[in-house]
Amino acid sequence: MTPPRTLYQKLWDDHCIETYPDGQGLIWVDRQLLYEATSFQALQGLEKRGLPALRPTASLAVPDHVIPTHHRNPSAFSESTRRLLDAMFERCGRQGIPVIPLHDERQGIVHVIGPEQGFTLPGLVMVCCDSHTCTNGAFGALAFGIGSSEFEHVLATQTLVQPKLRSMRVRVTGEMGPAIFAKDIILAIIGRIGHDGGVGHAIEFAGSVVTSLSMEGRMTMCNMAIEAGARSGLIAPDETSFAYLKGRAMAPSGAAWDMAVAYWQTLPSDPDAVFDKDVEIDMTGISPRVTWGTSPEQVTGIGNTVPDPGDAPDQARQAAWLAAQAYMDLKPGTALSGVRIDKAFIGSCTNARLDDLRAASAVVKGRRVADGVHAIVVPGSGLIRTAAEAEGIDRIFIEAGFEWRLPGCSMCFANDLDSVSPGERCASTSNRNFEHRQGVNARTHLMSPAMVAAAAVTGRLTDVRELLA
Amino acid sequence: MRAFTRLSGIAAPLPRRNVNTDDIYPNLGGAAITDPEAMGPCAFGNWRWNADGSPRPDFILNQPPYDRAQILIAGANFGCGSAREQAAWCMNAIGLRCIIAPSFSDIFYGNCLKNGMLPVRLSEDATDALSAFVSDPANATLDVDLDARTVTRSDGCVAIFDISPRDRQRLLAGVDDIGATFAIMDRIHAFAADYHHRRPWLADERGAD
Ligand code: SF4
Repeated sequence: MTPPRTLYQKLWDDHCIETYPDGQGLIWVDRQLLYEATSFQALQGLEKRGLPALRPTASLAVPDHVIPTHHRNPSAFSESTRRLLDAMFERCGRQGIPVIPLHDERQGIVHVIGPEQGFTLPGLVMVCCDSHTCTNGAFGALAFGIGSSEFEHVLATQTLVQPKLRSMRVRVTGEMGPAIFAKDIILAIIGRIGHDGGVGHAIEFAGSVVTSLSMEGRMTMCNMAIEAGARSGLIAPDETSFAYLKGRAMAPSGAAWDMAVAYWQTLPSDPDAVFDKDVEIDMTGISPRVTWGTSPEQVTGIGNTVPDPGDAPDQARQAAWLAAQAYMDLKPGTALSGVRIDKAFIGSCTNARLDDLRAASAVVKGRRVADGVHAIVVPGSGLIRTAAEAEGIDRIFIEAGFEWRLPGCSMCFANDLDSVSPGERCASTSNRNFEHRQGVNARTHLMSPAMVAAAAVTGRLTDVRELLA
Repeated sequence: MRAFTRLSGIAAPLPRRNVNTDDIYPNLGGAAITDPEAMGPCAFGNWRWNADGSPRPDFILNQPPYDRAQILIAGANFGCGSAREQAAWCMNAIGLRCIIAPSFSDIFYGNCLKNGMLPVRLSEDATDALSAFVSDPANATLDVDLDARTVTRSDGCVAIFDISPRDRQRLLAGVDDIGATFAIMDRIHAFAADYHHRRPWLADERGAD
């Protein structure tokens, strides 16, 4: 009998072509995603070597990072946006790599469209030149971000040399109250294990709270595995995953579907599998989370105050807390609830799916964006945008004073089209509150879509549960 | 790829946890710079430059002798965040070829290796001590020897570091993986044929139309 294996071990074994003496492996890559800001360098490198892409149709390319979300008029694009798009589209064309074009309804954020198209499946090894590729792990795929040089290796050989990761399981248990979402769970986990808690590991999220989440919620969790230091996040595939994928454009169908499901059902970690690290987190009674600093680990409940650096667990963190509080212009002891905001951003590969827009619109309904707050909603894909419009969600946001945008990364990071101005404070559903991430001297507070909605309509960080009461 | 064998150079202390790749290469929106060698001015942009483009005197890499640094000594989880290889490229472009830290993000660590840069993991205590030591400009020069796996201070104090033998060989020889992988393409094709026999729903890749 084979010894019990974790989901990660099964995925590794299934793709490992060769193990090198130091434990690194040459692994088969099933599929890869491309977008315009960091992928074309790999295509450029390939061309320089005079190599073709080995398996061009295992790729899927989509523009998302630097495109405007106010309009889709290419003649009004900036010079640098045009150059990046041209660099990608031309090379994909030459290599025979399928592209979802800008004006296609399927266009959207790369980690949103992979699952939406059924390009992402359980059991795959998937890569992309983007750290949030871990989002796809929500389906039980080994998905991780790589650099452009590694991507070149993938395009040329459909393989990658990788160190084998250690395994970590985070079991999430307990009874969660109302208005607590996947975003709160993952922020709580990062607060517990730290921004580097998962370095060198693949994290498998498990436990009753995780298995009862929708695929959207699971993607939110795995999206931020990298914010816990883990290159990959994983959730065992189950009926929820299969139901989400069934009938998707690029998912298998008919007999192939049945065969695939039979295999996918063998993937969950064996009951006796041993993890290198095992953590359990009880979510009972947890309040909505909000970050106060410049690392996702600097997070607490909305009812709490900004912590005192004197209470930091060690010197390195004390220094980090001091620097973060200076950058964020927050003093220890300040109640987070009530801190004024200037911008509200609902979007990004973390939280721009239909569930997220529904949760935020439920808070916004019948209310107005507070004076002085600039609020935008950027759906994760054209299909999500259309589905939301069919439910009237766009009207709720627009009538409240939000901008209803076209899909893309938008204000998740500072591009030249959407950014938070120096000194401004943004309530954001994205995944990174790093210094200058949303703009030079921009101050970012990460939270769930419902919490951003509450901040937008009150003009300050607010416990969304007060508005739902 | 450039080989990394031995380096004797100025080491700059940047004792900060969680230095992320947005810190190292800010503003991916300006990613239209395609030549890695032209990315130098982007490196640590928000820390290095004022809004008017003048250097910020409070940033270590603007202070002699650290403005000539080839080695950076940083805090835990260096290079976390975005996968952008621009972070490694822009550091390389300003001559930083070795980073010493208690831990690195897995993606950044890999990106260093692909660019002839050496990431050195030392314990938290050893890194702190090294940082403090080189903070005196008179002690700023370190010797890093990949073959011997040593970091040697100007007072002769030596730290030994671990690195995977395969990564070490690649760096010492200055070769990337693509050549080695190509040498076993037959095996890869055989693997793929067998794999797709077991997983037929993946055999016939269809793209978007
Ligand atoms: S939405 Fe943000 S985090 Fe996600 S892929 Fe785009 S820029 Fe990266």
